[in-house]
This record gives sequence, C-alpha cells and structure tokens, in this order.
Amino acid sequence: MNNNDTIRKTLIVAVSLCLVCSALISFSAVELRDLQEANKTLDKQSKILSAAGLLDEDTDVTELFQSIEARIVNLETGEFDSEISLTDYEESAFSRDPATSIELTSENDIALLKRRENFQTVYLHYDVDSLNAVILPVRGYGLWGTMKGYLALEPDLKTIIGLEFFDHKETPGLGGEIDNPKWKSIWKGKEVYSDSGDILISVIKGSVDKSSTLAKYQVDGLSGATITSNGVTNLLSFWLGDMGYGPLIDQLKQSEVKDV
Amino acid sequence: MSKAKEVLLNPIFNDNPIALQILGICSALAVTGNLYITLIMCVALTTVVTLSNLSVSLIRNHIPTNIRIIVQISIIATLVMLVDEVLQAFDYESSKTLSVFVGLIVTNCIVMGRAEAFAMKNGPLMSAIDGFGNGLGYSVILIVIAIIREFVGAGTFYGIEIMPLTTNGGWYLANNFFLTPASSFFIIGFTIWALRQWKTEQIEEPEFKISKNSLEGEKGAA
Repeated sequence: MNNNDTIRKTLIVAVSLCLVCSALISFSAVELRDLQEANKTLDKQSKILSAAGLLDEDTDVTELFQSIEARIVNLETGEFDSEISLTDYEESAFSRDPATSIELTSENDIALLKRRENFQTVYLHYDVDSLNAVILPVRGYGLWGTMKGYLALEPDLKTIIGLEFFDHKETPGLGGEIDNPKWKSIWKGKEVYSDSGDILISVIKGSVDKSSTLAKYQVDGLSGATITSNGVTNLLSFWLGDMGYGPLIDQLKQSEVKDV
Repeated sequence: MSKAKEVLLNPIFNDNPIALQILGICSALAVTGNLYITLIMCVALTTVVTLSNLSVSLIRNHIPTNIRIIVQISIIATLVMLVDEVLQAFDYESSKTLSVFVGLIVTNCIVMGRAEAFAMKNGPLMSAIDGFGNGLGYSVILIVIAIIREFVGAGTFYGIEIMPLTTNGGWYLANNFFLTPASSFFIIGFTIWALRQWKTEQIEEPEFKISKNSLEGEKGAA
C-alpha cells in the first residue's frame, strides 16, 4: 500500500477534495437558484394574499397576485417614492444602512427593532378601480426573535382585514399559535384607531369582554404566551404610529378625500 | 443471516444509533414535534449518511491519516449543503420549519461516527448499506418520538385531527409540554427502557457498585 502520509499526498488529497466539493456545491446552487427564488416569492405572495383574505385554494397564487400593486413608500413623509425600484428594495439591507434608516430611541422603539428603514414596500389591492385593501409589512420582537408579517387594512384605513405572520421563532403550541387560523380569524373587523386617531388595537390577557366599548379594539390573548401577545400589540402600535405607517395613512386618507 | 442483511438490519434494533450508541440525540429532540417534518429529516439524514459512507469508503485507501477527520467532515458538509439546497428548491415549507437543523446534520454524531468506524475499514457497497441501515435505525426512533409528541401535544397524527383541541372547539386540552423538545428526553428514555426489556442483552453492566454505607453501619451499631 502506498504511503498516504507524505506531505505531497496530503496536499493532493486536500486540494482535490476541496475542488470536487466546491464544484458540486456551486453547481447545485446555480442550478437550483431559480427554483428557490420562485419558492420564496411564492411564499411571500401567498402570505400577502392571505392577510388580505384573497387567498383562494383553487386559483394560482401568481395569478391572484396580479391584482396587487406593490409601491415603495417613504415612511418619513408617507408619500410614494418612485425613485427606488421595487427590485432594488431589500428591507434588511435598507434597515441596516445608516443612509436609508434611522436609529430608534428607547422611547419610540416599542417593537424593539433598534433601527427603522426610511422606505418600505406596501401592497395595494384594487377591485376594478377602487382601493380594496392596503397590506403593510410589519415586524417586531416576540419572545425568541423577530416576528415578521403582513397587516391588511380595509380602505377606511382603520378596520383590519387580517394579520398574517410569515416568519417567527415563537414556541410551537404557545406563541406559535399566532399561526392558528382560528386566532387569525378574530382579527377580521377589529379596528385599530379610535375616532380621535389614537391607536387602541391590542392583544389582551384572556378573552375579550364582548359588552365592553373597547371590544372592537381588542383581540383575545394567546394563553401561555403573554410575551408573544404583547409583542404583537407592540409591533402593531409601532407600525401604525408616527414612526411607522402613520404618515402614509394620513396621506392616503387625504388623497381619498380629494378623489371624492 | 448474510453479512449485508446483518449490516442493514442490525442498526435498527440490535445496535440502534440512538437507543444503544446514544448518538444523534440533538436532532431527535429538535425536529420531532410533528411527523411530517420528522420524516423529511429522516430522509435527509439517511441520504447523507448513506452517501457519506459510500464516498468515504471509495477514497478510504487514499485518505492521509492526519487529515482524515477533515476529509470526512468536508464530504459530510458538502452532502448536507446539497440536501439543504434541494430541500429549499423542492419543499420550501419544510425547509423553513427545519431551518438550521438540516445544516446541523453536519454535527450529527451518527454520520461522522459511521464514516470513522465503518466506512474507513469496509468496501463501498457494505459501507453504503451500513449507512442506510443506521439512517433507518435513526428514523425508527425519531418516528416513534414524533408520533407520540404530535399525538399528545397537538392531538393529530400526520396532521390529521384525531382528538379535537379545545382551542379549535373540541374536548382535548393539548399537553403543551409534549410540544417542547425536552419531552423527547423522556420519550427516548422510555424507548430505550422498552427496547432493553425486549432485547435484554443490551442492558449494560453497572460500571460500579455502591458500597455499603459505613456510617450507617456505625449508626446501627450504636
């Protein structure tokens, strides 16, 4: 048997193994990238549709998504921005870059995000010509990590159509119940703003007292998951407030008045 | 029993990687909350361990001893990355749920253990069979754990509702403990006990005996 332990043999084996392995991985990564990207987009689209209550099992997600218009919005002014193209926008990159994000102070960082990007993609659904739903990406810290989801609002911009999370690390069976269809269904019809414009929506501890005047702003808490429930309240308060989509919602309301 | 059959079937009950060799416990805790995810994990691990055994065995006569662990790990890591890529492309939902645990197959002691203990000394065909057998042994235990955890924790079997949960308007109050990974410790413990009751030759000799408490003896005397 040859001596394998010479320096020469060791180097030959190491180098050729590295070459073979990296070639295999590069090949598979390149070959499968399109499929993987398509999967990611499809997953995101189906969550957006699901938040807006538009998901229909019989129809293709891509086809349904045609009725949705994505727009980049400047969160400072609440105006739509046409300078950044949709394909260039990437939330994680924008929220890290000091040029395109702001640092949050402990006072206004209720969703524990540390930094907030100045631009976001929002999704508008039109039924024929009238606005039918506004779908806003939201995120905030839960118990174990950041919960990311979509909040869909009616055209009155205060009634919820649905809330759907697409990425979270909450405990299955406890905080993970934010994915429970039954719990998600109670969000429909809840209101986020009071008549004077305060953000009242909250996930409370226990069940909502139906006779209370606040009932329409409250959602049953998830039992055994107080921190997750509070996280959901906090992220909604943040994103619906002045630091989040507050300016956009004001703008949309004004433009609607103008249209009439 | 022919050699091949023995190599294939032994790891299932007689020399189970989890129950007897106590390897690969980490993923047995982490990914057994639901049967479907567990099955995907079992397929992923079985594929990796079979192919890694095969590849290590093919080049076993050329591996320099001083870098043999690095060579094995490189091969395993490559296979794991391939499996992860394929999963992301063809079963995105599961790959999202399994997330980091597919990547962690690299650190699964079964894969490395079989490469070092078997594939370095045996031919490619036998090594592949051994890898496949060990994958099956791992799968058997994981499937048992997953069935128990999913049933008690969520009242379902493979996602089909057996006991309607109170949260969905039924009568069964789910035992949330079974949804947490720690419950697997108990289930693995009981599985090992059950297996050793059946195959008593697996019971280990105690490593030491507790000698008589001398103080107690004195007390008795006093």
